[in-house]
Amino acid sequence: MDAKTFDAKSLLDDLFDNGVLFDSGIDGLYGRSGDFEEVIERFEAMVLREGEKDGATRIHFPPGMSRPALEKSGYMKSFPQLAGCVHSFMGGESEHAELLGKMATGDDWTEMQESTGIAMTPAACYPLYPTVAARGPVPDEGLLFALSSYCFRHEPSKDPARMQLFRMREYVRIGTAEQVSAFRESWLKRGRAMIEALDLPMEVDAANDPFFGRGGKMMAASQREQGLKFELLIPVASLKKPTACLSFNYHQDHFGETWGLKFADGSTCHSGCVGFGLERLAIALFRHHGMDVKRWPANVREALWSA
Amino acid sequence: MIEQVRSVLSQTAMIPPHIATLPEDANLPEAGLTSFASVQMMLALEEHFDIEFPETMLNRRTFATLGNVSTAVAELTRKAA
Repeated sequence: MDAKTFDAKSLLDDLFDNGVLFDSGIDGLYGRSGDFEEVIERFEAMVLREGEKDGATRIHFPPGMSRPALEKSGYMKSFPQLAGCVHSFMGGESEHAELLGKMATGDDWTEMQESTGIAMTPAACYPLYPTVAARGPVPDEGLLFALSSYCFRHEPSKDPARMQLFRMREYVRIGTAEQVSAFRESWLKRGRAMIEALDLPMEVDAANDPFFGRGGKMMAASQREQGLKFELLIPVASLKKPTACLSFNYHQDHFGETWGLKFADGSTCHSGCVGFGLERLAIALFRHHGMDVKRWPANVREALWSA
Repeated sequence: MIEQVRSVLSQTAMIPPHIATLPEDANLPEAGLTSFASVQMMLALEEHFDIEFPETMLNRRTFATLGNVSTAVAELTRKAA
């Protein structure tokens, strides 16, 4: 590692120059090479193998979800700055002519679009809770899901590890506080072991979500004080500010209360999740082991390609 | 001061009505005040008393009980005066 070139911009240029990522003209939206995708596939296989014995139900969600469901989840209270909603043109022919006229004169034509009722999925687990709630009471042993989704967060950046559209894998546990706590403890251990096997430097630290505004500072402090969020950090675009590649979250009964997730006896479920930022992890591997996958250390290749 | 705080809270939407009536030393999160509702409480108090909580006070302790909240508001209104 060369500390002098250890910054976001040169890392991004390196990824472009070596054909690992492809520029789209928008910060945070990139094309991915075949090798990059293969690394993600192999890492996902590692994650799935690790969780296989727990018998999770697999669900793959699309990058869009119900906007009312996102609203109900409280996302707009906490992260309005990151949310994206999908709008489409729903007018007739005369409105279409007006729209083209506005485009031609450089005026804002987007106001002629209307909400589709779809919001971009901000994390793989948001579409899960209403799905579970619709199925009735949660069994005593709780529930476990293995999720994946492309996710959107509006935070354009030159840091390749901070993309606007990226994939997330999650395990989500819904159950009692004790079940969720045991789940999180177990994944804190497993997550460390997986990253060690990939020969990446890391640290695990207490963390907080990027809640909006001054009120958000209070929510962040509260989240830290209660030890609700931990992150596994790997230096990717900066040595001083390492990148969260895995996160371990305890939601208490927030989603249980919001969605009415209850056991048969009427008590409210708690939930927690472990999230894997797949692009971040892949970029960390390229950053530390080089731009040519074939020349990565044998132990790292073994860990990935034997999964 | 605590009566003024109670009055502001009782008029703030998104704060459960029983919160304003709790004893001075009752733990608010345990009584059902969510972190989002405590943010609403902070914003309502700032507006009513024309104060601004500094970042160092934006933590769980400040908003843990009505007593703590009143002490903090009293300190900030004294500074503002």
